[in-house]
Amino acid sequence: MEFAELIKTPRVDNVVLHRPFYPAVEGTLCLTGHHLILSSRQDNTEELWLLHSNIDAIDKRFVGSLGTIIIKCKDFRIIQLDIPGMEECLNIASSIEALSTLDSITLMYPFFYRPMFEVIEDGWHSFLPEQEFELYSSATSEWRLSYVNKDFAVCASYPPIVTVPKSIDDEALRKVATFRHGGRFPVLSYYHKKNGMVIMRSGQPLTGTNGRRCKEDEKLINATLRAGKRGYIIDTRSLNVAQQARAKGGGFEQEAHYPQWRRIHKSIERYHILQESLIKLVEACNDQTHNMDRWLSKLEASNWLTHIKEILTAACLAAQCIDREGASILIHGTEGTDSTLQVTSLAQIILEPRSRTIRGFEALIEREWLQAGHPFQQRCAQSAYCNTKQKWEAPVFLLFLDCVWQILRQFPCSFEFNENFLIMLFEHAYASQFGTFLGNNESERCKLKLQQKTMSLWSWVNQPGELSQFTNPLFEANNLVIWPSVAPQSLPLWEGI
Amino acid sequence: MEHIRTTKVEQVKLLDRFSTSNKSLTGTLYLTATHLLFIDSHQKETWILHHHIASVEKLALTTSGCPLVIQCKNFRTVHFIVPRERDCHDIYNSLLQLSKQGKYEDLYAFSYNPKQNDSERLQGWQLIDLAEEYERMGVPNSHWQLSDANRDYKICETYPRELYVPRIASKPIIVGSSKFRSKGRFPVLSYYHQDKEAAICRCSQPLSGFSARCLEDEHLLQAISKANPVNRYMYVVDTRPKLNAMANRAAGKGYENEDNYSNIRFQFVGIENIHVMRSSLQKLLEVNGTKGLSVNDFYSGLESSGWLRHIKAVMDAAIFLARAITVENASVLVHCSDGWDRTSQVCSLGSLLLDSYYRTIKGFMVLIEKDWISFGHKFSERCGHLDGDPKEVSPVFTQFLECVWHLTEQFPQAFEFSEAFLLQIHEHIHSCQFGNFLGNCQKEREELKLKEKTYSLWPFLLEDQKKYLNPLYSSKSHRFTVLEPNTISFNFKFWRNMYHQFDRTLHPRQSVFNMIMNMNEQNKQLEKDIKDLESKIKQRKNKQTDGILTKELLHSVHPESPTLKTSLCFKEQTLLPVNDALRTIEGSSLADNRYSEYAEEFSKSEPAVVSLEYGVARMTC
Repeated sequence: MEFAELIKTPRVDNVVLHRPFYPAVEGTLCLTGHHLILSSRQDNTEELWLLHSNIDAIDKRFVGSLGTIIIKCKDFRIIQLDIPGMEECLNIASSIEALSTLDSITLMYPFFYRPMFEVIEDGWHSFLPEQEFELYSSATSEWRLSYVNKDFAVCASYPPIVTVPKSIDDEALRKVATFRHGGRFPVLSYYHKKNGMVIMRSGQPLTGTNGRRCKEDEKLINATLRAGKRGYIIDTRSLNVAQQARAKGGGFEQEAHYPQWRRIHKSIERYHILQESLIKLVEACNDQTHNMDRWLSKLEASNWLTHIKEILTAACLAAQCIDREGASILIHGTEGTDSTLQVTSLAQIILEPRSRTIRGFEALIEREWLQAGHPFQQRCAQSAYCNTKQKWEAPVFLLFLDCVWQILRQFPCSFEFNENFLIMLFEHAYASQFGTFLGNNESERCKLKLQQKTMSLWSWVNQPGELSQFTNPLFEANNLVIWPSVAPQSLPLWEGI
Repeated sequence: MEHIRTTKVEQVKLLDRFSTSNKSLTGTLYLTATHLLFIDSHQKETWILHHHIASVEKLALTTSGCPLVIQCKNFRTVHFIVPRERDCHDIYNSLLQLSKQGKYEDLYAFSYNPKQNDSERLQGWQLIDLAEEYERMGVPNSHWQLSDANRDYKICETYPRELYVPRIASKPIIVGSSKFRSKGRFPVLSYYHQDKEAAICRCSQPLSGFSARCLEDEHLLQAISKANPVNRYMYVVDTRPKLNAMANRAAGKGYENEDNYSNIRFQFVGIENIHVMRSSLQKLLEVNGTKGLSVNDFYSGLESSGWLRHIKAVMDAAIFLARAITVENASVLVHCSDGWDRTSQVCSLGSLLLDSYYRTIKGFMVLIEKDWISFGHKFSERCGHLDGDPKEVSPVFTQFLECVWHLTEQFPQAFEFSEAFLLQIHEHIHSCQFGNFLGNCQKEREELKLKEKTYSLWPFLLEDQKKYLNPLYSSKSHRFTVLEPNTISFNFKFWRNMYHQFDRTLHPRQSVFNMIMNMNEQNKQLEKDIKDLESKIKQRKNKQTDGILTKELLHSVHPESPTLKTSLCFKEQTLLPVNDALRTIEGSSLADNRYSEYAEEFSKSEPAVVSLEYGVARMTC
């Protein structure tokens, strides 16, 4: 194995492990290609198995010949290893560093992982777009599946199969794709069976400064409206930001060209601002010496809860347009891969009882995050402890999970899954033995041949034995639309994370 | 009655406190001798007791009428719009008079009549017996005895008649010590820990000034430490910040000098005084009353109010007490300035941590009766029952309840009662409906003849105790354990259900508590049904009547019983018949939400840009 050369010292004895809230454990530390294992070699104590890909940052410290390595994980755990012997410690540290920052995806653990369980249902085929389409095709005949993106030529970040209005042919879609950021032409995200209204999502229109327009784009969007009905376009940027985007070739829909649509701007922060917010939050949580005032001001300064509130408010607005107004909506930001997905998926949780069940939620993540091309690889490569700040790092998915948790808190009996399920998803999005969250979009996943070479997370989760720990005992199917409150007094901090 | 000029005003609007649009409920406002009543068009009634009113404010006249804002002591805020200014003025004046009574006899408790006869009333008052409680703790015993020194309130007016002191402390020592303590509040027993033989004692600050000392007081403290056979030293905890205590020395008061007392360890814990607490709560409420509050403003407001910091300080002090007793086996003497505010908080909370009895419904009543009512926490002044000095008002007891709430959050299984119990008690310390919290000390209460003229709250709470039960309570697992709460800052949360208890829209939409309670009820009902059916079967068998019928009955019972055995597996419960009324999900009503006005405004106008702030729609065209 090529990992062997990276591992300078595979085994050290008498290592002491310190974890917060646990007693210290002494044992043997082993390094393998993908794991850091600490075992006290006693039967009754549990062993620590840590994926290298879960390691966010490490610190070394020396006192005499005793070395200390502090490992900060992407799931916000911090563990400390006391290693006797300077050389061993240095070797271990550099090995971990090398192993946790492997360049090639194909060296990652999911490609080597062999499941210890029998696969009852292959998760890669659990949520096919065709099946999803069937769910609402009985209610409407206005939509069709398009295979225009079969070889990912029209839009690199879209899946091969998308749902579009029936009246628009593939040729028109190709033209619209050139008018939308990243080729992300408007596609169906959600169909509200109650009144036939829809949520669509897309990238920003490339109007530029000279106000370019695209007839096909206008036709496509209007095709989703019923006669005499109006729709709303929710732009997840502020008006200012959207106007500035025009200078870079982006922009927003001009009212004159889309007379049947109203544009609403709901600003949601993105990228490094979110990342900084998370870093500050985790820092505040980890420092237990704070007194009350410092803690509150740090919590405030992190702005984390402000972001949560912004996202929830936008999602509630979208849900309200659909359910109360009877108006279809189109949601986009800049690229349509981050805040857009937060809003569309949360709106569905509010509107659609099915997405509050375990399978429905998995389908939602598959459809609205994985298929829709949320760049997990980029966004989740590093977490709160990393010093090298990459521009595209952002805890977008974590924010989404936090929002779901907030709604779950307010409606504890309406969800089939519990908090553990959300935490599990968070952990696997950052480091996992499964291939589900690898790659940035379907096209990359295809190239990596993930379906053939790795296991799907859903294959593991959907086993009855595993499901039991994620099931909410208080669940009673609630077929109503749930309206959460967005007042700050109603939004506590998620302690589970 | 003479204060009421208008008894009924029609077409009054009730505004939602957090809504920026003018959506409101229209209804009729009634003024009675004890309550303000609003009945809206859906026949929903809102009752506000006059004694609950903290402030009434008349705002400037608007086109729709005259706004009247009423703030209540139970944190309810109502905003009326009265169509005619004259009516508004009348109501305003009446409420001002009615909410501030000049003498005790005018309070609601003296007119409240729950239709009980005199013996029932007396039984109610005898429900909580403190002598019994001290017996439960194991006193009197070989080290502690009942002292009759204060039998006629001669030594200390604000203490109860019955006091427990160390057996070796003679009467002259007690009398001498009381002269050296502020308001005569000499060290007495508050809680006795039977297993550790250690005690929590309480007193007021010594009149030490810069150098004064008192041999009797030193003897009394020594007697307390000698009453603990295991550990010779004792802690003296001054709950004030050191600076405040030093400032008191200039006024001839102060704190114990460690050199003068043998075997004491002196400690400050730094809880602020009543004035700081009052303004802290004031700030907190101001922040929370703001319309369109942003997350950041909320947290900076929470921080600058310092409220949670104060709560943490009280909690830390109580933990110190509990540790001293459980870990070091040492007795503790607690005092602040007068020994009736912070001392009550710390002593009662400390006992609550140590003794699981106080975590039951009855035990909690006993605890309040002992450490707060009998030891002279000035309820009437602190709650502003009468029109008095506003500087004496302070949310000391509210803080205690909040500390208990934090404990219930950290130890959800350890308490027999739920949050609703705490809220109900809070409601009644201000309501003046019952006699328990009237007056400032036992002597005053006896003079008021409360036991003859008013009713006790406790039997009424006990009667309704079903409402206050905590479904998660497990009496066995926590029975003998000492609670050790974690006081890292992020464990302290804002108590929404207290400070926003009437703003329903801020609350979670479904309650796990109610659901579990309902399930327990259903289980009981079903188990009863099974028993009934089984006994019927037996009867039939005995009679040897119709064999087929018995079979049928057996059939109808058996498919159900496996479900019942797994009574805790809630999933299966959904199969069972469920009363539809129990399943209502509040979230289904859009009207309850912060952004509900949005829909209407959508259809009204065609704005260019719509923004949604704080869940409330605002339009800019």
